[in-house]
Amino acid sequence: MAKTYQEINEKIRRGEVVVVTAEEMIDVVEEDGPAGAAEKVDVVTTGTFGPMCSSGAVLNFGHSTPRIKVTQAWLNDVPAYGGLAAVDLYVGATEVVEGDPLNAQHPGEFHYGGGHVIQELIAGKDVRLRVVAYGTDCYPRKELDTWINIADLNECTLLNPRNCYQNYNVAVNVSRDRDIYTYMGVLKQELGNANYCSAGQLSPLMNDPYYRTIGIGTRIFLGGAQGYVFWPGTQHDPTVARAENGVPKGGAGTLSVVGDMKQMDAKWVVGVSMYGYGVSLTVGVGAAIPILDEEMALYTAVKDEDIVAPIVDYSRGYPYNEGGPLGYANYKQLRSGSIELDGKQVPTGSLSSYPRAREIAAILKDWIQRGEFYLTEPVQLLPSADSGRAFKALRERPVQPEVV
Amino acid sequence: MASRRVVFRYPRHLIDVPVVSHLARNYDLEFNILRANITPQSEGVMVVGLEGSEENLRQGLAWARDQGVAVQPLERDVVRDEDKCTHCGACITICPTQALYRIAETQEVLFDSDRCIACELCVPACPPRAMQVKF
Repeated sequence: MAKTYQEINEKIRRGEVVVVTAEEMIDVVEEDGPAGAAEKVDVVTTGTFGPMCSSGAVLNFGHSTPRIKVTQAWLNDVPAYGGLAAVDLYVGATEVVEGDPLNAQHPGEFHYGGGHVIQELIAGKDVRLRVVAYGTDCYPRKELDTWINIADLNECTLLNPRNCYQNYNVAVNVSRDRDIYTYMGVLKQELGNANYCSAGQLSPLMNDPYYRTIGIGTRIFLGGAQGYVFWPGTQHDPTVARAENGVPKGGAGTLSVVGDMKQMDAKWVVGVSMYGYGVSLTVGVGAAIPILDEEMALYTAVKDEDIVAPIVDYSRGYPYNEGGPLGYANYKQLRSGSIELDGKQVPTGSLSSYPRAREIAAILKDWIQRGEFYLTEPVQLLPSADSGRAFKALRERPVQPEVV
Repeated sequence: MASRRVVFRYPRHLIDVPVVSHLARNYDLEFNILRANITPQSEGVMVVGLEGSEENLRQGLAWARDQGVAVQPLERDVVRDEDKCTHCGACITICPTQALYRIAETQEVLFDSDRCIACELCVPACPPRAMQVKF
């Protein structure tokens, strides 16, 4: 018997909704079968907490007297983009603090950047804003140096063009002579370790593999507050190879998400430093999936052992787009502490926190049970496996020197 | 007589070199291996207490460095800021002594400071910088 969003929301309002986490749903479907589970369960909650590049914050710091129109701006010495309007800024997660030695002495440590500024804003810390401007008749001021606080900003919005990757690579290093320092962590030579980055069976898009319920307008857990999906994420790639259960066998769907930073909690939005790579932002995202029918019950019961990720060499294969995956590993194997590759036991590490993903799914469950979070039907679905949308690499075209 | 506690880190090609016995024999140093973790697959780490004359200690450690052993005095502690740790697990394959390890059931990352040799490899490898050096 199919359910509607309206029926589920009515149950939430009456306090009668049945919510389980994506981990708990595995057992429900095992015991009651997909039909029984669809009858019994209304909502399945998910979560993920990992470094999510392509994140950033929009802030409007208010007009000064006299007025200023930003030419260049810095937040705690991290460059922020001001080419939007007079006093709107966008600070990106991977922007490194000015004056950082970067990789001049490889590997650089990258102590501070945009991700850290975003976390400090959410934590309610004062942040130093410096602005220089060329000055106009309407915006005559040319310099500004002041402390700002999130409480005083007109708007402070987390606006992330790509989060919540549906599956991801397992990164290894096959080189024989050097450790490498990547956005997937430190990778030791000769398959010294393997790093993965997904909450697997708990991850939002793993539980809705064809994006039947997570789409434009979907309300989500974002950074400890309620946010929204506003678009498919950049590099959204729904047409990759999928396993029989519909789950992609590598990086596929992504989400663009937005939310009010004033309501967020710094526990769920954490600036991170990737040794030898740069800075980023670890973001907590969770989706509540309506169990509309048997098919959704089956999708949300997906298990770590049924989700495989491609093992990719980051010493040569990834940077130079050479060769395919070295193999596949499922998330149960990855979480066990080691995988076998080339006859060798390779220890596994992770960049995505499973305990935190579990906590997010539990918080979302609690919100729904208490009637604090209602489900939303997507305004528009995301492009799915049948969209024909393919992921394009850059086709470089030589630029001819101008003839004078 | 002087004594010193040091951490030796060996690249893989040095695992077969009997560094400690060489120090004992040629530099007249008493040694006490406090902790060792040497696997043929990767690098070796050893915490050693050494005792001998100041001159012999200096020469012996210089010889070890010449062999390619990274020698570091053991005088600092590594601590974990529990508020900063997100239990991601980026550190567990970096730690040479399994002082950082994962609980299978909860997938939480624990830090056993008794097993830590203060090699500090985890410090820059920790994305939220929860691992810190305490002097």
